[in-house]
Amino acid sequence: MSILVYIEHAEGKVKKTSLEAVSFAKELSAKTREGEVIAVALGTVDSGELASVGKAGAAKVLHASDSRLNDGVIQAHAAAVAQAFKSVGAKTLVLAKSSLGDAVAARLAIKLNAGLVSNVIELPNTDNGYVVKRSIYTGKAFAETKVTTENKILAVKKNAVDLKTDGANASVEAFSVNLSDSDFASKITSTERATGEILLPEADIVVSGGRGMKGPENWGMIENLAKVLGAATGCSKPVSDIGWRPHHEHVGQTGVKVAPSLYVAVGISGAIQHLAGVNSSKCIVVINKDPEAPFFKAADYGIVGDAFEVLPKLTEALKAEL
Amino acid sequence: MKILVCITHVPDTTSKIQFTANNTKFDTTGVQYIIGPYDDYALARAVELRDQTGGTLTAINVGEAETEPTLRKSLAIGADDAIRVNSFPKDSFFVATQIAHYAKEGGYDLILMGRESIDFNGGMVHGMVGELLGMPSFSPVMKLEVEGSKVKMAREIEGGKEYVEAQLPLIAGCQEPIAEWKIPNMRGIMSARTKPLKVVEPVSQETQAEASSYQLPPAKGSVKLVDKDNVGELVKLLKNEAKVL
Repeated sequence: MSILVYIEHAEGKVKKTSLEAVSFAKELSAKTREGEVIAVALGTVDSGELASVGKAGAAKVLHASDSRLNDGVIQAHAAAVAQAFKSVGAKTLVLAKSSLGDAVAARLAIKLNAGLVSNVIELPNTDNGYVVKRSIYTGKAFAETKVTTENKILAVKKNAVDLKTDGANASVEAFSVNLSDSDFASKITSTERATGEILLPEADIVVSGGRGMKGPENWGMIENLAKVLGAATGCSKPVSDIGWRPHHEHVGQTGVKVAPSLYVAVGISGAIQHLAGVNSSKCIVVINKDPEAPFFKAADYGIVGDAFEVLPKLTEALKAEL
Repeated sequence: MKILVCITHVPDTTSKIQFTANNTKFDTTGVQYIIGPYDDYALARAVELRDQTGGTLTAINVGEAETEPTLRKSLAIGADDAIRVNSFPKDSFFVATQIAHYAKEGGYDLILMGRESIDFNGGMVHGMVGELLGMPSFSPVMKLEVEGSKVKMAREIEGGKEYVEAQLPLIAGCQEPIAEWKIPNMRGIMSARTKPLKVVEPVSQETQAEASSYQLPPAKGSVKLVDKDNVGELVKLLKNEAKVL
């Protein structure tokens, strides 16, 4: 028996969220005695990089290096992961929530007749059946979800478990998948992706700006603070609506939901729709000149003050400390 | 072209979330229900495509009788007819099973819905329906153009987007900026009253992952304020107290 983990990679690196999913599976297996953790990686990626997935807890990595899988074609990825699942005799599939992961997991739920739980925030409770805690209402509540199928799929939210780094390298085995042209019927014609930047949905620290920043020309201050912190930058909905920042930086109910260790909000009042996108953050810092801004009620730390005054000082203070 | 759009009936985004019956039921007291915001984008795009290409647009919802005003609103916005599958939407698999059944019966070319419902946030129904019907599924889709039988889409990925080409029939989970939300006009509201709304029974009761109880997050302690002229204090707190640096 084993637990299978679908891992994603970008720019030659296995995603950190996928490594967290591996660590989640490792802890899950210690609890349910489902044997070793086996990861499956699709498309071209360096085998040394895949071996390092062992550090997070995988014993083995199956590598389907078919270059047609380099693109995240949803149906093809779902077909390949289903074959790996059956080949290793797994009952449980774990993966990180992501744009591709979610789309693939939904199809796999049907293919594998597996109960699927998304937004999983901690290890399942197996004392009485199989109960998984997940976040609902965009992080405003949690649901205990009873999974009644023999096969199970868990799509894990960021920070559900601590990432392990103390394991040994995994063995990497070639895995041959049997895919037909129809699995590749849809074509990804091009991709626009911010490269070299820390990606917002996966970032451990996020610095966001709102209308209080007064204009796109002032974003340098947000970026400088983010740079010192090693953070991704985000923004509120009005800011992306008026085009000061691109849509993929919009944090909130209908934008990106983030779950960083530290979320710094500058000049954002804290409308309920924005809070819905950040309420899974471990620690929230709010900088706003309006002491009545509702965001202070949701914050751990706050500074009442003008962003244009506070940001440069904070950036300098952090530079000295870090 | 025959288009099906799937509508969720969900609490308004500003609703206070509370539970009753020993934390096993959502407390609907004082809650306003709306068409899911993502479904609203799907509906708006579906209306545009129906008007562009001719054909029909059907709205479907899995829900009990109280969801009908929401479904009627989708008729007021522009759907031609509606189907309500008369059951509480127990889990994603249950909902997908119903939609797949009635979608197959209706022979739709394009099935649109929101990327996720804003109550349970599963984001799974489009993929499940796709697999059940053997159709490709895409989500979250930010742009969708139909040219004959070819569909060109932009799908959001971490930090950007990818452009995809596929053939009808297909399923897409939608999000902004695929279209602008449409507000029903008076003529729409009047005509919605007489447009056909068919109530059908679920084809199966099977579930796989039902929610059994609910919890609210622990109350947040009060904010610790740091003086704006002493930002070094904040750095210390983040480092030594919150331990996030």
